[in-house]
Amino acid sequence: MSKMQFFKQTMLAVAISASAVSAFAVEITGAGASFPAPVYAKWAEAYQKATGNKVNYQSIGSGGGIKQINAKTVDFGASDMPLKAEVLEKDGLVQFPTVIGGVVPVVNVSGIHAGQLKFTGQVLADIYLGKITKWNDKAIAELNPGVTLPAIDIAVIRRADGSGTSFIFTNYLSKSSDEWKTKVGEGTVVQWPTGMGGKGNEGVSAFLQRIPNSIGYVESAYAKQNKLAWVSLKNAAGNYVSPEDDSFKEAAATADWSKSAFGEILTNQAGKKAWPITGATFILMHKVQDKPGQAAEVLKFFEWSYKNGDKMASDLDYVPLPDSLVKQISASWSHIKDASGKAVK
Amino acid sequence: MNESHKRGRIGDLLFFNVTRAFAALTLILLIGIILSLTWSALPSIKAFGFGFLTSSEWNPPAERFGALVPMYGTLATSLIALVIALPISFGIALFLTELAPAWLRRPLGIAIELLAGIPSIVFGIWGLLVFAPIFGEHVQPWIAKTIGSLPVIGSLFSGPALGIGILAAGIILAIMIIPFITSVMRDVFELVPPMLKESCYGLGGTTWEVVWRVVLPYTRVGVIGGVMLGLGRALGETMAVTFVIGNASLLANFSLFMPGNSITSALANEFAEATPGLYTAALIELGLVLFVITFIVLTLSKLLLLSLEKQSGGKH
Repeated sequence: MSKMQFFKQTMLAVAISASAVSAFAVEITGAGASFPAPVYAKWAEAYQKATGNKVNYQSIGSGGGIKQINAKTVDFGASDMPLKAEVLEKDGLVQFPTVIGGVVPVVNVSGIHAGQLKFTGQVLADIYLGKITKWNDKAIAELNPGVTLPAIDIAVIRRADGSGTSFIFTNYLSKSSDEWKTKVGEGTVVQWPTGMGGKGNEGVSAFLQRIPNSIGYVESAYAKQNKLAWVSLKNAAGNYVSPEDDSFKEAAATADWSKSAFGEILTNQAGKKAWPITGATFILMHKVQDKPGQAAEVLKFFEWSYKNGDKMASDLDYVPLPDSLVKQISASWSHIKDASGKAVK
Repeated sequence: MNESHKRGRIGDLLFFNVTRAFAALTLILLIGIILSLTWSALPSIKAFGFGFLTSSEWNPPAERFGALVPMYGTLATSLIALVIALPISFGIALFLTELAPAWLRRPLGIAIELLAGIPSIVFGIWGLLVFAPIFGEHVQPWIAKTIGSLPVIGSLFSGPALGIGILAAGIILAIMIIPFITSVMRDVFELVPPMLKESCYGLGGTTWEVVWRVVLPYTRVGVIGGVMLGLGRALGETMAVTFVIGNASLLANFSLFMPGNSITSALANEFAEATPGLYTAALIELGLVLFVITFIVLTLSKLLLLSLEKQSGGKH
């Protein structure tokens, strides 16, 4: 074999393998919510190892995710705040949840340890409304017989940045207190009647640990990792529950997902053990796909992740969806169609 | 006319046009930014009109927005920063150029320039974790006891000593702009011809008189330029302020101890999660307001310079 021939053959081999890669490796892109970004990154990494396909997720915030999917610059969008059924209809989108997380009220009062205090939604709302201003207020004392609380002002701390955590928290307060609902409402940012804002979970926890006699709220994973003193809450069934995987899961299992196009907010669910401030994070896709091939790949990725990703999610302190819900989600994917009306998957 | 002369003229013409195109580019960019900001803010401008500037409400769920709180925060923190930074920078620059022994000038000058190179997020985290606790525990109670008991001014220094808030943000900003103002001042002070200074010393002037009567009048334009550079940076600073200002969109009173909000930190905090529509438009209008504030500040400084030049022109 002459040198030239060898060179030609090598080039041919390189060309074939290069074309093989470009023909089979698929790359899908998504953008949006920052809360689930770590678990999406983990899933994408494992998925690429298992299948060779690449998932590129950019954590730009839920608002950005909604804008990008509407502009069709990404294959899927992600949002911490579910879209209302009317909005989905208007923009031709479908949504489905991926993982669950909980929001936990935390306190820094000397002598009070995790799980010792008990609150109701009403008390929590009154504190954040600025109506309950002292730790030894009668409303708090009645719920906590035997616990001595100081006659000191409560320093209220909350998120300053727009976040799904604030959305779930204010949604719960709206469900617990009519006054909160009419005066403040729910959203990723609201007009807080009192308190000061920290940036991100880490900002809230920095304020909390620094300012004595303060109360704040953070994602459950964050409270766990930093060993913050959480408060147990009375749920819709009337039980005082603690923030743990089982109580988040029960909130997801008891919700009726079918009536709201999966746009279910998991606060105040009826389950006996359900943690009342629970929420899911969502994926957004177009109902009619210009690129059905890409859409099918997106669905394949999430199918794979639901099947193989539970442990990865738990390791990162997210709560995987219950199996019954995953079945409903897979069934709903038949609504995602190409231009001719054929289901992409 | 010989050949090389001609070629030189063509080169000159080319050079003139290329540089002119670069200059025009900045102008086009500026106009483009204003137009796109205005265009994107249009829904909010239509919905709230002039009331956007006078309303202190910032309520995303109800879609009612006003810029008063962040405007107050931006202006108040920048003003505090300037009030603190101006005399200190002046002192440092003066010491470095007139009083310091020669061996100390270089290391001190380099230290100040290094301070200018620290990323703002480092100032923010340092401010939150180190400065705020000390400030809240030791400095604020002392200020409240002394200045806080005065009538009128005292109300600016009342309220709980949390260590964060508008005053804390202003002080962090001051630390951040001191190196900028100082290095500009030092550079222009060094430009004063030694002969002028020596003449004044020769007439029996003290160091203070030399600085006040010779150095400052000679370098007035440069000094004001340096101050404006610092002010511009203070107005636009985002991360450091976001960490220590407390991010509260309510204006209960004008106390500098209370948490507030600035235009830039409102944008940094809320833009990523803002839903498309009126909310996003209102945030963009906030950006437009900051643009206008910066423009007004720059115009005022130019007017100040003009009137100073007229005054000194009249004297001679």
